Amino acid sequence: MKRIYMDNNATTAVRPEVLEAMLPYFREHFGNPSSVHWAGRAVSPAVEKAREQVAKLINCSAAEIVFISCGSEGDNHAIKGTAESLKDKGNHIITTTVEHPAVLHTCKALEKQGFEVTYLPVDKDGMLDLDALEKAITDKTILISIMWANNETGNIFPVEQIGAIAKKHKVRFHTDAVQAVGKIPVDVQAAGVDLLVLSGHKIGAPKGVGALYIRRGTKLTPLIHGGHQERNRRAGTHNVPSIVGLGVACELAGAEQAEHYARIKALRDRLEKGIFDQVPEVKLNGHPELRLPNTLNVSFAYIEGESLLLNFDMKGIAASSGSACTSGSLEPSHVMGAMCVDVVLAHSSTRFSLGADNTQEDVDYVLEVLPPIVQRLREMSPLYNRGGKPLTCDECQIVRRV
Amino acid sequence: MYTDKVMDHFSNPRNVGEIENADGVGEVGNASCGDIMKIYLKVENNIIKDVKFKTFGCGAAIATSSMVTEMAIGKTIDEALELTNAAVAEALDGLPPAKIHCSNLAADALHEAIKNYKESKA
Ligand SMILES: Cc1ncc(COP(=O)(O)O)c(C=O)c1O
Ligand SMILES: [Zn+2]
Repeated sequence: MKRIYMDNNATTAVRPEVLEAMLPYFREHFGNPSSVHWAGRAVSPAVEKAREQVAKLINCSAAEIVFISCGSEGDNHAIKGTAESLKDKGNHIITTTVEHPAVLHTCKALEKQGFEVTYLPVDKDGMLDLDALEKAITDKTILISIMWANNETGNIFPVEQIGAIAKKHKVRFHTDAVQAVGKIPVDVQAAGVDLLVLSGHKIGAPKGVGALYIRRGTKLTPLIHGGHQERNRRAGTHNVPSIVGLGVACELAGAEQAEHYARIKALRDRLEKGIFDQVPEVKLNGHPELRLPNTLNVSFAYIEGESLLLNFDMKGIAASSGSACTSGSLEPSHVMGAMCVDVVLAHSSTRFSLGADNTQEDVDYVLEVLPPIVQRLREMSPLYNRGGKPLTCDECQIVRRV
Repeated sequence: MYTDKVMDHFSNPRNVGEIENADGVGEVGNASCGDIMKIYLKVENNIIKDVKFKTFGCGAAIATSSMVTEMAIGKTIDEALELTNAAVAEALDGLPPAKIHCSNLAADALHEAIKNYKESKA
């Protein structure tokens, strides 16, 4: 059976060049980079080289990069660390309703400790109102945390404008760039961000490694206390192989990003057009243009996302869904909810996130198998062809507003 | 995640469709989970002769719908009323814990259809 992977926003395979670079650091160069002896000395330059590679990709200096264990750690560190270090200045944080749970649940946890959080709404395309952002800022605001790009819709937020607003009001700006890095240019100077998080496994490095950019001079309480690693900013013996892998992945991302952007976007656009041409009653979730080049999120009316995914899976296609039944909770995706997508449509939201390994053949295969699957599930759906009789269940009609 | 039986009923659902001039129709919905299920009955001499279903829902919802139709056909009305959601899940060799709420639909929809049948007869 064909195997087509279109879930690159969930994770990516480790790239061969990355794996190759990592392998010597498991056995041959196994040392602890903090050690003074030969074993440690052989390893610490590799960690520093990786730091340079990461820094170059996002246009900062190597000293501003801290290696972390994952994107979620970075978001926790940036937000909790700011809350702790600036709590004498204020207790107000501004974020959005569509952040990754790593940001949302961190903010929720801080609310329990007495912090106040403004969750900015988005419009039906999933975009922010920057006037609302500016109006939300008070003299108690210590942090603006807004993602660079959204993992579900691929929407790209105007970080440069947000950075300018933050600067004007002298508020710290953190951005979760986990989905943006490698897919679009990310420049911390141009964007005026103070803190930024990236995660290795979204860009062909292993799972369980990431980086936190901390602008020079930014006071940030550590999340993980312990040894003196990372200049006291993050304790814990370095995950040397993964850090080396992250460095190589960042270097490759920098070299290839423009070429990948054009190629992957052309494939994504072909998929999008093909679906809209062939299947009636499809809704695009997200902004028509201001989106990552690889992401397509659509809802197929009358059918539920998980049953669609299982059918795709039977054809070897890996995608993901915003349906409650795939989220492990009873509610469909909070991002769809925030965009006021009808609940039934939210349950049918399906995300294709392409990668550099996808080909036009893959896209054409998806376009071949998708329409009959959708049609078969629609024929099975009590919501389809109701002959003008709308669904009477009030619950199913609610449009959730945040 | 799903048992082989669930996947079998999901990929080859039994008794999908509608029954024209059905003797009873029941629809239940659970918008929070995103599952809505409709059952059509044909009843003769108090025995369920045919059952068809239409379901909007996840893999578990479709499989339980399919299973409940198989379990109900040939049963008397009273026997069918004794079918429980738990029995449907069990017949599928169980459902993942997070999916138990979906299976609540299957027997409920059948019972709704029987209620509708009884009311229309009365
Ligand atoms: C936008 C965003 N932020 C944070 C994360 C968390 O990253 P990690 O899986 O490395 O903890 C993800 C990954 O799903 C993400 O998409
Ligand atoms: Zn379900």
